[in-house]
Amino acid sequence: MNQLETKFGEFGGMYVPELLIPALDQLEKAFLDAKDDPSFNEEFLSLLKDYAGRPTAMTLTRNLVSNPKVKLYLKREDLLHGGAHKTNQVLGQALLTKRMGKKEVIAETGAGQHGVATALACALLGLKARIYMGAKDVERQAPNVFRMRLMGAEVIPVNAGSGTLKDAVNEAMRDWSANYDTAHYLLGTAAGPHPFPTIVREYHRMIGEETRAQIMEKEGRLPDAVVACVGGGSNAIGMFADFIDEPSVRLVGVEPAGKGVHTKEHGATIVAGTKGILHGAYTYIMQDQEGQIEESYSVSAGLDYPAVGPQHAYLADIGRAEYVAATDEEALNAFKLLARKEGIIPALESSHALAHALNMADEAEDDTIIVVNLSGRGDKDLAHVINILGDDI
Amino acid sequence: MDRYADMFARLDEKNQGAFVPFVMIGDPNLEQSEAIICQLIESGADALELGIPYSDPIADGPTIQAASIRALSHKTTVADCMSLITRVRTKYPHVPIGLLLYSNLVMAKGIENFYATASDAGVDSILIADVPLREATPFQKAAQAKGISQILIAPPNATDETMEKIGEFSTGYTYLLGRAGVTGAETAANVPASELIARLHQHKAAPSLLGFGISTPEQVKAAIDAGAAGAISGSATVNIIAANLDDNDSMLKQLGDFVSAMKAATNKG
Repeated sequence: MNQLETKFGEFGGMYVPELLIPALDQLEKAFLDAKDDPSFNEEFLSLLKDYAGRPTAMTLTRNLVSNPKVKLYLKREDLLHGGAHKTNQVLGQALLTKRMGKKEVIAETGAGQHGVATALACALLGLKARIYMGAKDVERQAPNVFRMRLMGAEVIPVNAGSGTLKDAVNEAMRDWSANYDTAHYLLGTAAGPHPFPTIVREYHRMIGEETRAQIMEKEGRLPDAVVACVGGGSNAIGMFADFIDEPSVRLVGVEPAGKGVHTKEHGATIVAGTKGILHGAYTYIMQDQEGQIEESYSVSAGLDYPAVGPQHAYLADIGRAEYVAATDEEALNAFKLLARKEGIIPALESSHALAHALNMADEAEDDTIIVVNLSGRGDKDLAHVINILGDDI
Repeated sequence: MDRYADMFARLDEKNQGAFVPFVMIGDPNLEQSEAIICQLIESGADALELGIPYSDPIADGPTIQAASIRALSHKTTVADCMSLITRVRTKYPHVPIGLLLYSNLVMAKGIENFYATASDAGVDSILIADVPLREATPFQKAAQAKGISQILIAPPNATDETMEKIGEFSTGYTYLLGRAGVTGAETAANVPASELIARLHQHKAAPSLLGFGISTPEQVKAAIDAGAAGAISGSATVNIIAANLDDNDSMLKQLGDFVSAMKAATNKG
């Protein structure tokens, strides 16, 4: 039996082959034991501080917002080692891997950011990483493939299915089914079967905790809204977790609308998807009427996933968090604007959150404080953006 | 009517174990798939495991994944699968027919509705690869209401708690996993799995059929010698389909030969 709640309302659960249940139970137990172990927490905190560079800064934008009633802050996860928030939870799970006496790590990656974070943590902690990546993504993301290999990870291209992130997850789960005794599956987002959504949230919750402390210091009050992009939803749940019990703080998740939620080319699962099961959890997914999973699409590879973390599905259903979608075009505009006005090049993922926050800022009539989780930096996206925008900057 | 109990009783009288082939409905297309299924029965299959194709089969290796892709390339639907089963059921009233599929296909139709449709088609059992005991209750209730056996999986790493629950809830048969990992003939099953089988007996579980990595008559014999009630062979069966995609007649003949050889290995003693 489980020691923790496995579901968020009707969402979540453990829809995996019976074979994987003991491995998930072992992980839940290791997570709970570690939580109460001062030496684990000390090592995790010291890695976050001295290796990854926490706490990250919070920056008040100077030129971005024209509405004088609005203060827009950026939580600077882009400054974290590795270039995105992902390093937080990867360090936590890598420590859990060692704690369980396992020496190998299996991971999936789409654009390569989780793969890079996994590779760096495994290099640091002496673990052997094998990372599944869709064959199409291996081609599209050559620099990240090189980064992973440089840090000693094995990158395994996946040709099955559509050759993208969801197929990489499938293949990672298949590998884990055969090798759970020796390997940990280091899932990259707050999705998948219990206990992953809970573990990933807890290992990212310092994003929101630091934000609370920083905004209290600067403004003496809580923000009116925190805004984060949502693919699988790890940076968003990390930002939201500490504010869920603060009803005055709006929680806003921004999904990828791609070419528009009325087209087939988007990844906005809460805004435009339906309930179903993918990768071990009951949540909002993209599927046809037969229950076959459909491909998602977004200009930003990190948001290009046809499911979403089950806690987001729950927060949406109970009305605690709002979920909206921003198109490729809106994200690209925000991407350019932040570079031009503030000298910060954001990840295309985070640009979705920023795009919606700018709309909120325009519409605000009262004094308003908004914090955008700038979950990653945009260096990884430059080649892609050059192809799209060319000289049009 | 309990077709599994009847089958196990018949086989006991003949001092035989069961041989159960698996194929994906709609592979390589619906028409040939129906011919394949009839051929399996005519060649001696005691029961059938039939897959409904799914886009993201996490418990399957490359062979069964490819079968799903072939079936989905013709847009095979759940309704297509159910009408095929209805026709097979009319032709063969006594052969137990099991479905093996993934949870989202059931959820998309609604659990109760899916089980009602399956029952109308003449399905005897349903195994959902990504529904472990812990999530099984709503599916078991729907199965029970429609007289369908909800098949449970006994994995090689099963805890005593899992074994107890299998003893309490299993009906029809128990799917005994020959090894860890995903489906596929590339990695052989660990037979004899006699220790697991003994534990299942001890918990009074439904008769066990050994699956995952069963591709030769020797493995079928070893499974039955170890105390299993029979063996299931999926990837080895599907490999014959994959190897003969340009020759339907040869495909049927080779499938027939394969099933006959596997069935011959079920004689005890």
